[in-house]
Amino acid sequence: MRRLTWFNTTALTLGFAFLYLPMLILIVYSFNSSKLVTVWAGFSTKWYGELLQNEAFLNAAWVTLKVAVISSTFATVLGTMGALVLVRAGRFAGRTLFSGMIYAPLVMPEVITGLSLLLLFIGIGLDRGVFTIVLAHTTFSMCYVSVVVSSRLVSFDRSLEEAALDLGCSPMEAFRLVTLPIIAPAVISGWLLAFTLSLDDLVIASFTAGPSATTLPMKIWSSVRLGVSPEINALSTLMIGIVAIGVITASLITKRATLRQQAEERAAVKA
Amino acid sequence: MGQTVFEPWNDPDAKPLIQFKNVTKRFGDFVAIDNQSFDIYEQEFFALLGPSGCGKTTMMRMLAGFETPTEGTILLGGQDIAPIPPNKRAVNMMFQSYALFPHLSIWENIAFGLKRDSMPKDQIDARVAEMLKLTRLEQFAKRKPHQCSGGQRQRVALARSLAKAPKLLLLDEPLGALDAKLRQDTQFELMDIQEKTGTTFVIVTHDQEEAMTVASRVAVMDHGKIIQADTPARIYEMPSSVYVADFIGDVTIISGTATPSGDGYDIAFAEGQPDLRAKSDIQLSKGQSCHLAIRPEKVSITAEKPSDAANALQGKILDIAYLGNLSTYHVELSTGQVVKSQTANTRRLSRRSFTWEDEVWLSWTDTAGVLLKE
Repeated sequence: MRRLTWFNTTALTLGFAFLYLPMLILIVYSFNSSKLVTVWAGFSTKWYGELLQNEAFLNAAWVTLKVAVISSTFATVLGTMGALVLVRAGRFAGRTLFSGMIYAPLVMPEVITGLSLLLLFIGIGLDRGVFTIVLAHTTFSMCYVSVVVSSRLVSFDRSLEEAALDLGCSPMEAFRLVTLPIIAPAVISGWLLAFTLSLDDLVIASFTAGPSATTLPMKIWSSVRLGVSPEINALSTLMIGIVAIGVITASLITKRATLRQQAEERAAVKA
Repeated sequence: MGQTVFEPWNDPDAKPLIQFKNVTKRFGDFVAIDNQSFDIYEQEFFALLGPSGCGKTTMMRMLAGFETPTEGTILLGGQDIAPIPPNKRAVNMMFQSYALFPHLSIWENIAFGLKRDSMPKDQIDARVAEMLKLTRLEQFAKRKPHQCSGGQRQRVALARSLAKAPKLLLLDEPLGALDAKLRQDTQFELMDIQEKTGTTFVIVTHDQEEAMTVASRVAVMDHGKIIQADTPARIYEMPSSVYVADFIGDVTIISGTATPSGDGYDIAFAEGQPDLRAKSDIQLSKGQSCHLAIRPEKVSITAEKPSDAANALQGKILDIAYLGNLSTYHVELSTGQVVKSQTANTRRLSRRSFTWEDEVWLSWTDTAGVLLKE
């Protein structure tokens, strides 16, 4: 292996420090026994215990999870449908407008999306709560799903669907039995992306949530305004842990699948 | 023992399986198929041959149901197929890219169409086993398509399209992705399977050798029209136009003006060259321009002027293409016209009779060439 030059070593260290030092500090202080966040007073896990007693936090976590699962599922269905139309329908009147409208929320400032949704909900007299957050999150995350899925659909061989039709499938069956299983990885990563976006959204949720529903990012934000408590640190550490475990598991599964496929291919070549 | 020749197209009582009646297909302003009418008979191996963009694939996609004719009707077994969607047609297609389902095993790929017909499980098992045996894929049943070689994938695609026992099988450039040697083997395999199953095959290809090898009839297409549809031998020996003569095989075309004489014509083609003599049934008036198409293997090459040849021309060897079994000589006449002559290399390591720059005589009989109007 090539040895690192001093320049590379420095750049690497600084880069990683820039990315991970804040998180590291947060994790370390979550084990601080002192109530004062900035003063180290010895190791303790008591804040984790207190976190589990804190009903407000647990409620917020439950709301967040519910919103994320429901909205990302809706967003995946709608985003996939949008992607299908955009990639498949070819030229039709208003296609450019349609595709622009699907992708616009990607670049739209969240504040504006949130504000306009708030005005809409007030206008039609919809009570704000979990339902409105779900609607809002579906709206802004479906365009991300649409982008991910349409990039897969572009390279999808249309003759596979034609073959399915040719062999006796109705168009719906062809989609369910052939297209969907093949584009499934893109649909799943679209869902995961929508899920993550919903999980950590603060701005849009703040606009569209009512007094009855508070999401975790909103709860953390409001608590921090009263002063950073070690409980928040513990909560954040847990979230980092969950995300890290998720990412590592996903990459391990992918890697194992790739290795198995390579082994099968080698076996096939030898046979 | 007289064996009946398979030529339903010459039998006025034969009922065609497929009838194209004044079919036109337009994509916007582009005319893909231009008012075509023709018949394909049961158990035929019909080849659509032509350069890319000639409309042959559109023709096939209309049969499969992926395109509908702009005008005219297509009948399958006497029934108009325009309103029938692809999944309801007794027609299956083998795709150019094979279009195997990557997420299913070979077995599941072949069973796919049968399952759609809700066939009982034991019948599906039996039919798939039969197809695997026919295409010699028994030991690969559990593999996924990406674990198979190109030749195996091609056979899976064939097995899958044959599994439902269609009335008509469409093959879209089926051997395009195979290398030359494998392609040749597969062509014979295809013919064998076609004979065994008795299915009508329609093949689309741009490879004339492939079309000639497998097909009972070849339709040469250009710009949305079938120029000539006939048996491979007649297409080769009796092309109806310069386009067909030139498209199929190697040929020398000499253009000139005709003068009727006896049961043929004398063709004047250049100053200072003798008139060429060709027997022909076509009607040409005196002085009408015409083209003589001569296959290289029908032209002999000699050092001395042959005394009894109907046509003899002198020239200089410009190029020699050595193909192993054959050698093709490109001989340039004093007028600049190049005439090709082909000889079989029947003796091994014999001293080559002619070399570059040699003065030689080319000769052919009055029936060797085909006289064409256009």
